[in-house]
Amino acid sequence: MGYTEEELAKDLENQEYKFGFTSNFESDKAPNGLSEEIIRFISAKKEEPAWLLAKRLQAYEAWKEMTEPEWAHVHYDKPSFQDICYYSAPKQSKKYESWDDVDPEMKETMAKLGISLEEQQRLTGTAVDFVMDSVSVATSFKKKLNELGIIFCSFSEAVQEHPELVEKYMGTVVPSKDNFYAALNSAVFTDGSFCYIPKGVRCPMELSTYFRINEGGTGQFERTLVVAEKGSYVSYLEGCTAPMRDENQLHAAVVELIALDDAEIKYSTVQNWYPGDKNGKGGVYNFVTKRGLCERNAKISWTQVETGSAVTWKYPSCILKGDNSTGEFYSVAVTNNYQQADTGTKMIHLGKNTKSTIISKGISAGHSHNSYRGLVQIHGNAENARNFSQCDSLLMSDTSGAHTFPYIECKNNSAKIEHEATTSKIGEDQIFYCKQRGINEEKAIGLIVNGYCKEVLNQLPMEFAVEAQKLLEISLENSVG
Amino acid sequence: MLTIKNLHATVGEEGLEILKGLNLEVKPGEVHAIMGPNGAGKSTLASVLAGKDGYEVTEGSVVFEGKDLLELETEDRAKEGVFLAFQYPVEIPGVSNINFLKTAINEIREYRKQEPLKAKEFMAKVRESSALVELDPKLASRSVNEGFSGGEKKRNEIFQMAMLQPKLSILDETDSGLDIDALRIVSDGVNKLRNENNAVIIITHYQRLLDHIIPDFVHVLADGKIVKSGPKELALELEEKGYDWLNAEKV
Repeated sequence: MGYTEEELAKDLENQEYKFGFTSNFESDKAPNGLSEEIIRFISAKKEEPAWLLAKRLQAYEAWKEMTEPEWAHVHYDKPSFQDICYYSAPKQSKKYESWDDVDPEMKETMAKLGISLEEQQRLTGTAVDFVMDSVSVATSFKKKLNELGIIFCSFSEAVQEHPELVEKYMGTVVPSKDNFYAALNSAVFTDGSFCYIPKGVRCPMELSTYFRINEGGTGQFERTLVVAEKGSYVSYLEGCTAPMRDENQLHAAVVELIALDDAEIKYSTVQNWYPGDKNGKGGVYNFVTKRGLCERNAKISWTQVETGSAVTWKYPSCILKGDNSTGEFYSVAVTNNYQQADTGTKMIHLGKNTKSTIISKGISAGHSHNSYRGLVQIHGNAENARNFSQCDSLLMSDTSGAHTFPYIECKNNSAKIEHEATTSKIGEDQIFYCKQRGINEEKAIGLIVNGYCKEVLNQLPMEFAVEAQKLLEISLENSVG
Repeated sequence: MLTIKNLHATVGEEGLEILKGLNLEVKPGEVHAIMGPNGAGKSTLASVLAGKDGYEVTEGSVVFEGKDLLELETEDRAKEGVFLAFQYPVEIPGVSNINFLKTAINEIREYRKQEPLKAKEFMAKVRESSALVELDPKLASRSVNEGFSGGEKKRNEIFQMAMLQPKLSILDETDSGLDIDALRIVSDGVNKLRNENNAVIIITHYQRLLDHIIPDFVHVLADGKIVKSGPKELALELEEKGYDWLNAEKV
């Protein structure tokens, strides 16, 4: 399905006329700005069913009435929503039948992301759905997944091929009016990933998507929906990189996870978008809404290693609706130079015997500010709910800041909630000790920081953990002060 | 191997002078003990030789194996073969001893243009070295010094020394906090590592370590200078008389 190049060319001609585009543009792109017309354009471009367009327009109406949240501990120039381009597809938007068909240039780009996907595919059996400027260009291992009834495709494709599943689950965990950015995403999202694991199936490989922002000035509004049917299991990896850009780029994704009875979803993210330069110029604004719903005996585990973006606003959360369900959040957030991160989680305990674990490791260097913000909420019916939270902050410089904002709301006396927090400064003694053993400062910091983050890194699949370790080292180069 | 001439060093931003013209000559195969009262500059000497931040050499020279040691970065001094057994070994949570040492050994090997050590050889070395100081092999896979007892930390230092095989080892009060058994184990370990090509500088307050590791020379460090040097018997004399008689002798 999807576009052929001919169709695309035809579309381009028509739109060029329709929207008064001037001349040869490199990518298939909407004019800047947000309006009902643009939303209709996106929806038409993607040949969406009427119900989806209706949802988009509803979200847009709601968004117009909303204001940007200001409670987070971050300061930045608010994006001008009329200066953003809401639709941009790479020139080459043809779907590839096999990995061999993929444009070599694109492969090179992926290699620059620090990991050879070919290698990954061959060695690790990882299926990769690569999203470049909002349109999926490569999907692999589809066959094997098909045999098991697993659906893993771009969101657009899912809308075309499995509209009933998308309609049933989309917006059930993150309603379109949930918050400002979620509403914006619901109105203008262009693509993303969809994953469906049938009843009782254990997905045999890590499902992996690499997102990448490629066009300057292009907003990214990805949408991910993962549905794990009863008794199924899936491990999902999301990795993000963006090339250097001068202007700020807005990224407002929505990720929804649904774990039905006895299902388990592991969702791992490594995010290293452009953090801006040494003086805090440029960089990505990462305003993401991630939430999962656990039915009876289900388990959702979020693991994130966040080293990029100029401003991060992100709280992967779990709604523990079913009895005996489990939510986990493992996070490493690194900020350097002038980066700002306000990240954490929400664990909403609704069912009986629900359990949640929060392990958060913040590392602040340079002039950056790193905040943990978390909510543990135990509702009245959540008998014997348990939570354990540990929030550690590591300061690498005298000019950086670490902040912790834990919120606990408990309406059931049988609950047990534990919260531990530490703040420490990276020890000059530790660095000297390493150097005296022949390990240079950069490597020493890498070792110490990786050791500090071990509990979280251990949650990542092996290949991802190695990449994440390297990333931590790169992010903190020359950062002790 | 090591020639220290007229070494002057200050500490901190105020530039307080601690070492005031120290001279020392160490040859391969020798063991030198440096003793002296609190505040004499013993640990400062160790820090200056290892290249710790916060110390400034204002005068004098240190030549190690024909190279100007003071010109070298801290990690390069280690790579040239200078090892410091810390008085207070540092904990590094989450970093296993094995990983730490493997990184260190391979950094040193790279500096010497050698191939990285193969996993099998490395593990054999770990077994051999941990046996040398009777260190529970389990500790080798635990985080560096984290949750180690005082004695285990000191044994871990000698374990690392055995792994890294330095040319010059500086033991900074390695005997402090050790019970008699641990003292014997640590000393035996050091003795087994001695050969005609390496040298050891032992910094200590007490004579008891020197009953186990017999020094070739004993030096008394007082007020930033070596005020007296002699054979191993000097240590016994110090133990008996304390340090005050040296001041009297000087005057």
